[in-house]
Amino acid sequence: MNALEIKNVTKRFGRIVANNNINLTVNSGEILAILGENGSGKTTLMNMISGIYHPDAGEIFVNEKPVVINSPKDAFALGIGMIHQHFKLVDVFTATENIVLGIEDKKRLNMKAASKAVLEISGKYGFEIAPQKKIYQMSVSEKQTVEIIKVLYRGADILILDEPTAVLTPQETQKLFAVLRNMKEDGKSIIIITHKLNEVMSISDKVAVLRKGEYIGTVNTAETNESELTEMMVGKKISLNIDRTDPHDQKERLVISGLDLYNKNGIKVLDDISFAACSGEILGIAGIAGSGQRELLESIAGLRHISGGEIIYNDPKTEETVSLKDMSPMKIRELGVRLSFVPEDRLGMGLVGNMDIIDNMMLRSYRKGKSIFLNRKPPRELADTVIRDLEVVTPSPQTPVRKLSGGNVQKVLVGREISAAPTVLMAAYPVRGLDINSSYTIYNLLNKQKENGAAVIFVGEDLDVLIELCDRILVVNSGKITGILDARNTTKEEIGLLMTKTGGADNEEE
Amino acid sequence: MKKSEKHKHAKLIYISKRANVSLSMQIITRVIALALALVVCGIITKVLSGENPFKALAIFFEGAFEGKRLLPTIHELAILLCVSIAVTPVFRMKFWNIGAEGQVLIGCLATAFCMLRLGGKVPEWALMIIMSAFAILAGMIWAAIPAIFKAQWKTNETLFTLMMNYVAIQLIEYFLKIADKSGSNTVGPELLNHGWFPKLFGVQYLFNIIVVAVITVLMYIYLNYSKHGYEISVVGESENTARYIGINVKKVIIRTALLSGAICGIAGLLLVGGYSYSIDSNLAGGRGFTAIMVSWLAKFNPITMVFTALLLVFIGRGADQFTQIPKYGLNGDFADIITGIVLFFIIGCEFFINYQIHFSHRSKEGKQ
Repeated sequence: MNALEIKNVTKRFGRIVANNNINLTVNSGEILAILGENGSGKTTLMNMISGIYHPDAGEIFVNEKPVVINSPKDAFALGIGMIHQHFKLVDVFTATENIVLGIEDKKRLNMKAASKAVLEISGKYGFEIAPQKKIYQMSVSEKQTVEIIKVLYRGADILILDEPTAVLTPQETQKLFAVLRNMKEDGKSIIIITHKLNEVMSISDKVAVLRKGEYIGTVNTAETNESELTEMMVGKKISLNIDRTDPHDQKERLVISGLDLYNKNGIKVLDDISFAACSGEILGIAGIAGSGQRELLESIAGLRHISGGEIIYNDPKTEETVSLKDMSPMKIRELGVRLSFVPEDRLGMGLVGNMDIIDNMMLRSYRKGKSIFLNRKPPRELADTVIRDLEVVTPSPQTPVRKLSGGNVQKVLVGREISAAPTVLMAAYPVRGLDINSSYTIYNLLNKQKENGAAVIFVGEDLDVLIELCDRILVVNSGKITGILDARNTTKEEIGLLMTKTGGADNEEE
Repeated sequence: MKKSEKHKHAKLIYISKRANVSLSMQIITRVIALALALVVCGIITKVLSGENPFKALAIFFEGAFEGKRLLPTIHELAILLCVSIAVTPVFRMKFWNIGAEGQVLIGCLATAFCMLRLGGKVPEWALMIIMSAFAILAGMIWAAIPAIFKAQWKTNETLFTLMMNYVAIQLIEYFLKIADKSGSNTVGPELLNHGWFPKLFGVQYLFNIIVVAVITVLMYIYLNYSKHGYEISVVGESENTARYIGINVKKVIIRTALLSGAICGIAGLLLVGGYSYSIDSNLAGGRGFTAIMVSWLAKFNPITMVFTALLLVFIGRGADQFTQIPKYGLNGDFADIITGIVLFFIIGCEFFINYQIHFSHRSKEGKQ
């Protein structure tokens, strides 16, 4: 029986067609993977099924009956539950309290019975959960468990998971998949949104592929392979190889020793960090989100006041050593240190969304010269160069950057940062939200900087990419370094273990 | 199943954001909004006064632009524009200064104080320079206090600047008490009889108008082409970005607030030294608040502000003329009603510029 069927669904936003004539079918006891690049319309489609958007055209059937879903409440009434990528939980409540939150019941709230029901559900499918544990004490994967149980508690038969593995370690992913398989055995229908091909191959029964809002087709997982799926997803054959050269002319460019940092709540977020970044190599940083990666890069860039330790920069020209400790970004630049930083938050930190490409190009350099007026000629030329060399798709250099797509925004930011011919280039999650082609453009740019002799520091989340791209990988866990590995001789599992070594200690972060 | 029964029909109306809005489309929407506002104003006028709307409109124009009234209208426009220009740089920085009223008043007070104490004791040209310096300094101090607190301790600038208004009012009341023992609530030209700005080419107010015109142009250049202006925009858009590139955010906040206060001080200076030659606690006349609207409506562009200020001044002066005709029996609130209606339409039309409304029967047609 078809648990959920979507027929010719279309959704437009203004002139943009987010979904065009999409068709999908999920049977009960089946796992359907929806595969597509960012901006292909996966999330829009799922939001229509869960009642957040309303389709402009087309029909939705649940259990072979036509339905109209106007709100998430309607979706719940039909047994559809969505687990969003960003958790929607109350931090100071326990797991159980979050799970029963918002259920309109005439009866009095019985927390004991609720806890029991929660344990029953987790026993049935093999979750690990402590019903009385508060959310803020939980790791990301525990929070995700709460979200899933919340949906099951409401009696959902069709579960939609939006990129559930993006925040998990390899081990946690395996656990999640085991649970999903149990649910499938129980007759639940599961839709999982992802763009990781290996996961699609390992968990799904069927794969539906979307590309730029169009429905490309559905194939049985057993009858396909990764390269065929990539071709469906991207529209052409592409090779997914990163051309890694051997590091050359390695000199310690940036030496961090004993770095300690407290956040504004007085919690230690970096603890005795020591490492060296060398010229001509890419140093990867792996870790669960929020393990101190952001704070580390910001400390080096002069955005945070460190409470202990040293940051030493070895100037390649003069061979002099400079301490970057407690220097503002402006000061660092004035010393002639060519340190570039591509921050995680592109539009909130690296760029100004409402300014055009030209004005964003001069963020770093607008102060040059004695005049009190701006000189927009060099940034205009730089904008033209970046648009041409990195193939930025934009109506004009005068377009506000917030109107560009994620990949193009990133190209503008990276383009500006590498234009200064950096000796140290730090990039935090530079391919997050980018399509495959843009991602590989960025990897190639990083590789080029490495060949030019820059010390590249790359914070990534995709372990496969880290292993393929980097020369060495530094693993952080709760603000501590748990290992520095040779990327050519390591495995995902080894990194995953180091990421979670002390076990659940990442809770302290939040 | 009961639930889905209830929702047999899909929602009738959907709202979505427009992708690209052309300039001509924006202008047409605004013209339509203004036309609708006029229609509604006409109906209201008809109901309240019984006057034919076209005749009423003619009275409005007469009140604002006719012969002798033209120059005061332009002067009123200049003063309002000056205060609007003053609040614009801080607004671009998302520093919500609603204390322009107090900053103008304190500028008035400083001017009046100099005129009273130094008048006749120093040469006129020297008095003018001294009172200008004091007015500007007073405005700067009034703006700097909340700005320093905001920069150092992240206090709320909106409340702080608002409170500073009352302090300024009370200081003026105090000044009135000691300057004029007769207990009048105004200190007039007979006491402040020195340091009057010259009538350029024999035209009254021309000095003030020229000063404001120069400030407007300079501010436009400052905001769009100077490094300071660029820093203001970056801090306003994202403090994180400002930190990331190493802008000293505290410094920019305080510096920009000082600029804003200085121009407010100039507005106060012009009011006392080039217009009223008197002072009372109501001299700013709410312009410090009207200026907020002028600045917002113009989307913080100093040149556009000439037109938004003109619109508000036109309504104010026109309605003023209307209420002076006894047979209609209307008081000053009439101007507020008309202003309210016009603003409602002008601000309301922004919704239609940014969003599109769909009716579901139309989308069904689209399917076939």
